[in-house]
Amino acid sequence: MNKTLLILSQEYLKRVKKKSFIILTILVPLLFVGIIALVIFLSAQGDNEERTIGVFDESTIFLGELDQEGFTKYHFIPQEEYDRLRSNLKESEFYALLYIPSDIYSSNQAQLISEKQLPFEVIEQISGKLSRYLETEKRQKILDETGIPDLDERLRASRTSIKINTLKVSDKGQAKESSSAVAFITSYAMGFIIYFFVFMYGAMVMRSVMEEKKNRIVEVIISSVKPFQLMTGKIVGTALVGLTQVAIWIIIGIVSMLAIGAFMSPEESQQMSQSLMDSRQMSPMGQEVDNSQVAEVLALIGNLNLPLILFSFVFYFLGGYLMYSSLLGAVGAAVDNDEDSQQMVFPITFPLILSIMLLFPIARNPEGPVAFWASIIPFTSPVAMLARVPYGVPLWELLLSMFLLLLAMFGAIWVAAKIYKTGLLMYGKKVNLIELIKWLRYKS
Amino acid sequence: MELFVAKNVYKTFSTTKALTDVSISVKEHSIFGLLGPNGAGKTTLIRIINQITAPDEGEVLLNGRRMRQADVAHIGYLPEERGLYKKMKVGEQAIYLARLKGMSRHDAVASLKIWFEKFEMKDWWNKKVEELSKGMQQKVQFVTTVVHNPKLLIFDEPFSGFDPINSNILKREILELRQNGATIIFSTHNMGSVEELCDHIALINKSVKIVDGPTNEIRQRYKSNIFEITYKGDFEKVAGLLSHDFKVVSHTEQETANTLQVQYLNGGANNGLIQAILPAAEIISFREIIPGMNDVFIKAVQESNNI
Repeated sequence: MNKTLLILSQEYLKRVKKKSFIILTILVPLLFVGIIALVIFLSAQGDNEERTIGVFDESTIFLGELDQEGFTKYHFIPQEEYDRLRSNLKESEFYALLYIPSDIYSSNQAQLISEKQLPFEVIEQISGKLSRYLETEKRQKILDETGIPDLDERLRASRTSIKINTLKVSDKGQAKESSSAVAFITSYAMGFIIYFFVFMYGAMVMRSVMEEKKNRIVEVIISSVKPFQLMTGKIVGTALVGLTQVAIWIIIGIVSMLAIGAFMSPEESQQMSQSLMDSRQMSPMGQEVDNSQVAEVLALIGNLNLPLILFSFVFYFLGGYLMYSSLLGAVGAAVDNDEDSQQMVFPITFPLILSIMLLFPIARNPEGPVAFWASIIPFTSPVAMLARVPYGVPLWELLLSMFLLLLAMFGAIWVAAKIYKTGLLMYGKKVNLIELIKWLRYKS
Repeated sequence: MELFVAKNVYKTFSTTKALTDVSISVKEHSIFGLLGPNGAGKTTLIRIINQITAPDEGEVLLNGRRMRQADVAHIGYLPEERGLYKKMKVGEQAIYLARLKGMSRHDAVASLKIWFEKFEMKDWWNKKVEELSKGMQQKVQFVTTVVHNPKLLIFDEPFSGFDPINSNILKREILELRQNGATIIFSTHNMGSVEELCDHIALINKSVKIVDGPTNEIRQRYKSNIFEITYKGDFEKVAGLLSHDFKVVSHTEQETANTLQVQYLNGGANNGLIQAILPAAEIISFREIIPGMNDVFIKAVQESNNI
């Protein structure tokens, strides 16, 4: 058996058998599914806290007109009580106090007084209630004044809301429905996952190298294999661990999605997704939620170029990982202790951290100069390009970025191999960047 | 027949010379002692033999052929600083290290079984290395060094970390390995074990080889014509009989017999000394003092430092 392969399988099995790997691999998707299920469950449950709001209506327009809505009740109170409670809200039975000024008809403003920050939902609910009531009042007044009998219907018919359906035209001229929101979320998630993987597995390689050096077993190993073989086996073995993890997550994801679908009746799932939409789209006018929205989102995800995204993910994960992990492995070989490694790790991982900070601007404006340069320069491109791919990237940019990443990767491996070889057997020497550059000139 | 030869090897690390024109040749089935003060270049030479580093100049030959990377399969190396994967199980780890040396899993297991039996460590097979004591770990390490039945064994300070009992077991093992056909290069500061084990030594100081030869010959070479005489008689009288050619190095007087160490300054026949003191002394024993490796080491290094 080839020795590199032997090291590779050793590293792979060692990590895959670890409890922490198994726990992380199984737990993360379960946690994820759990959180989603919880969110769906909670929003289906809705808000069931009983609230009573004390209303002082100076305008007298609303007196007796505010009915209970959901779990929110309205109780009208006179000015004296309002003034008294205002300074002593904690002791009263009211959740909050609503002050409706006398000029609300023209000013369109009211005040809500409370002890703590009120949920957005509650504010929206009250504002919606007041607005609707006042609007009806106003409309009735207009109807009475003009005397046109079917004005109401005619006005309603004139109400217009234009929904923009975004279509992306591919080279072949096929127009596909696209969604910026879906692309944005995918883009953000992709960038983050790449960052997380490159960082986590790169650090794993570094720690493993440091351990071998600290244990002193490394001298025995490199009397059997070439340092480069050791490094290659270790890095590739660890990469396979990462890919295994992704594969397991994808499988768990698909299975649990199917499972959720199977356990839920169509009405139930629609109800749930509707309430999910409700909580997201709180419109004061109680806009109707399109029932087909969920299916639409799913279709939009399907319309993303999934094979390209998956391919880019694997390519940029491997490219970025190989580049960073070989450099981090070299650091692990060069230093003697953890503190020294911290100092060396930061300059190397800085571009990676920078790219995660650029992720939001890139996902928001994937065509801008920041996005362009960050996705071309190899040290930031794994995160940045992955964030751009869901939006669609010109082919030449993608190819250029990939080519540069490959170049940088091979360069990093070359540099790392040199440092690695020299560093492994170097003990008791405080290593800095200048020293490392010197090592690059050593002949083997 | 030489198993291993290093020819005019040079190695420099940035500005430090590690090896300067060093040549050694190691005969098959022999134990070769590689000696020298700390930092002399021994470990560098050992790493060159192990293909861990390459010489700047010169060449290393195994069986008369230039060494290749594949030759490491025939070498067993026990480095001075030892270590194993702490979290890994003993058996699994031993198999892994044997396979890295090119053994198949099947052969590795078979060979390890024999060695584990021999060293009474069968119970450790499924233990993690970190659960073992330091001495036990050393034993495991030794077994992983020899498991692939290497032709050439390199031991760097093998006795450090072993208690006297285990040291003796180790010595016996080393001799047995030679008996079974292995050739051993052995680096140590323990000069007693050099006298016991080594057929041949080379002494390196400050990157240069200063002494090289069969152990007994070298000790002979470094003798300084000191003779020890045990006798009955009066010391003053005996000393009075010695001419200027002799110098008394030490003397002790005891009830039964006195002991006298005399250095023969100009060299010459031993008989001269005996004849000189015969009138005053009844000689019980007479022998030439052969220096131990310790003395040879110190003398050789000091001489070379003074040049």
